[in-house]
Amino acid sequence: MKYILLAIPCIAAIATPYYNFMEPRMFGFPFFYWFNLLLVPLSVAFIYAASKIGASK
Amino acid sequence: MIDHLNWTATIIFVGFFVLVTVMGFLASSWKAGDLTQLNEWGLGGRQFGSWITWFLLGGDLYTAYTVIAVPALVYAVGAYGFFAIPYTVIIYPLIFLIMPRLWNVSAQHGYVTAGDFIFGRYGNKWLELAVAITGLVATMPYIALQLVGMEKVIQALGFQGEGYMAHAPLTVAFVILALYTYKSGLRAPAMIAFVKDIMIYIFVIAAVIIIPYQLGGFGAVFDAAGKVFDAKVAAAAAATPPVKLAAGLILTDAQIAPFITLALGSAFALFMYPHSLTGVLSASSPRAIRHNAMTLPAYSLVLGLVALLGIMAHAAGIKVTNPQDVVPALFLKMFPDWFVGFSFAAIAIGALVPAAVMSIGAANTFTRNVWRPFVNSNMTDAQESGLAKLMSLVVKVGALAFIFFIPTQFAIDFQLLGGVMMIQIFPAMVFGLYTRRIHGWPLFIGWACGLLFGLYLAYTPAKWIPVSPTPLGFSVYIGLYSVLLNFIVAVVLSFILPNNAPDETAPADYEDDDTVVAPPHLHEPEPIL
Repeated sequence: MKYILLAIPCIAAIATPYYNFMEPRMFGFPFFYWFNLLLVPLSVAFIYAASKIGASK
Repeated sequence: MIDHLNWTATIIFVGFFVLVTVMGFLASSWKAGDLTQLNEWGLGGRQFGSWITWFLLGGDLYTAYTVIAVPALVYAVGAYGFFAIPYTVIIYPLIFLIMPRLWNVSAQHGYVTAGDFIFGRYGNKWLELAVAITGLVATMPYIALQLVGMEKVIQALGFQGEGYMAHAPLTVAFVILALYTYKSGLRAPAMIAFVKDIMIYIFVIAAVIIIPYQLGGFGAVFDAAGKVFDAKVAAAAAATPPVKLAAGLILTDAQIAPFITLALGSAFALFMYPHSLTGVLSASSPRAIRHNAMTLPAYSLVLGLVALLGIMAHAAGIKVTNPQDVVPALFLKMFPDWFVGFSFAAIAIGALVPAAVMSIGAANTFTRNVWRPFVNSNMTDAQESGLAKLMSLVVKVGALAFIFFIPTQFAIDFQLLGGVMMIQIFPAMVFGLYTRRIHGWPLFIGWACGLLFGLYLAYTPAKWIPVSPTPLGFSVYIGLYSVLLNFIVAVVLSFILPNNAPDETAPADYEDDDTVVAPPHLHEPEPIL
């Protein structure tokens, strides 16, 4: 489970064909950019979750 | 030479520089330890808690060169330069998983470098040497590039000079850096990192609020940049002979595979560099490292915003022939002089921290993994520390010589190759942390194959290239491509060659102390933050 949680943000980060778009825009940012930036806090959430269940593997 | 100097900016710039210089020298008595021990001089005594590690690693990994080069790439080609974001997203799950194991085994056996671990684990001093040399060769141009970053902002302050005099301010700054690193060891950059990182945060946050505000918001900024990229592509296609230029706000189809593999490969390579490992091993506990895997991404966000400066520059109408000048040019245009001085100081100090940690990492590596096994195996602790201090000076002189005598482009190419080289020790390190089934000589041969294959792919008569076509019809980052060969060779040969070298580590050495002692049902969850 820990490994799955850690793998999710990595896979999202390299799923480039799925985020290589202009639309939809947010605050003027094309999707490509805001998705990438959003990925950073999301990855933290996943690592945090992995650390919470880390002890039980 | 100083006729065109921007005095307000320069005075603020010099003021901050003096501040960190004083801190650098005072750092020797911070969390005092016996600096004649390599463990103390070169790792700060392994006592940096979560906060200090955060500032140190952040200051160490997100360098001045990054602040110059990433926006430069975005300015030049657009979305492709944003590979830095997925790259830094991938790093932290890896760190979270791998680095506490490395920290545990290193603390247990007194390892200071990657090479130390490799020798302890595989009992093969040639593999240790291979790892050490790879680290040394890859680090030298990286330090040189920090100097390039620093020199860009010094020039932008209006300093002009002919010949060697052009490098005079840089040389002064670097000599000072060399002296306090010599005296204080890793404590110096750890302390300066506080100032550097806070300054970088201030300048980035100010930049991403104020510049788009002045330019009519992010929507307008992106639209303007998109038009510039489209015009550039059209102009290149219309030129004689036509050039197929890939640039734009999103990736072209042909850029996608290089983008993904560059992000992956760079992530695998980053934590193999001596300076990253120095930062990790100086932490006080595996818990401090896990905390940092969750808190360091704050810097990735900053890096993402820094990357956007390349987009903003187009909207602000900045035209520079060398993209590396884009950030200084943007700041000079958009901000008052005092803030320019502050921001440039942030970039210059941003060069000092990684340059210091890199030279310390390289010095530790040379002392422990080249000199000790091959020249003098009976060094006392004091001799070891003395040699490392001396080597930190030699490494810096080497980097300065790079700037004086070798064209900048060469340093950039070399740093690019540095990633291709560094990733070749990934199999030895990561296998080693989990299993001893893959062993010394196969990993050594894998390393050699991967390295040669990588260099072969990267070489073209005109220049070194980072991306190469594959038989599958798309192009990929050479680092990732060549480490695949390395990996296959190491695994296959491990089943053929005899595995009888000693291993001084035990499985329990890799686990946290508490997880080993407590049975699973009694084990309390790790407190976070």
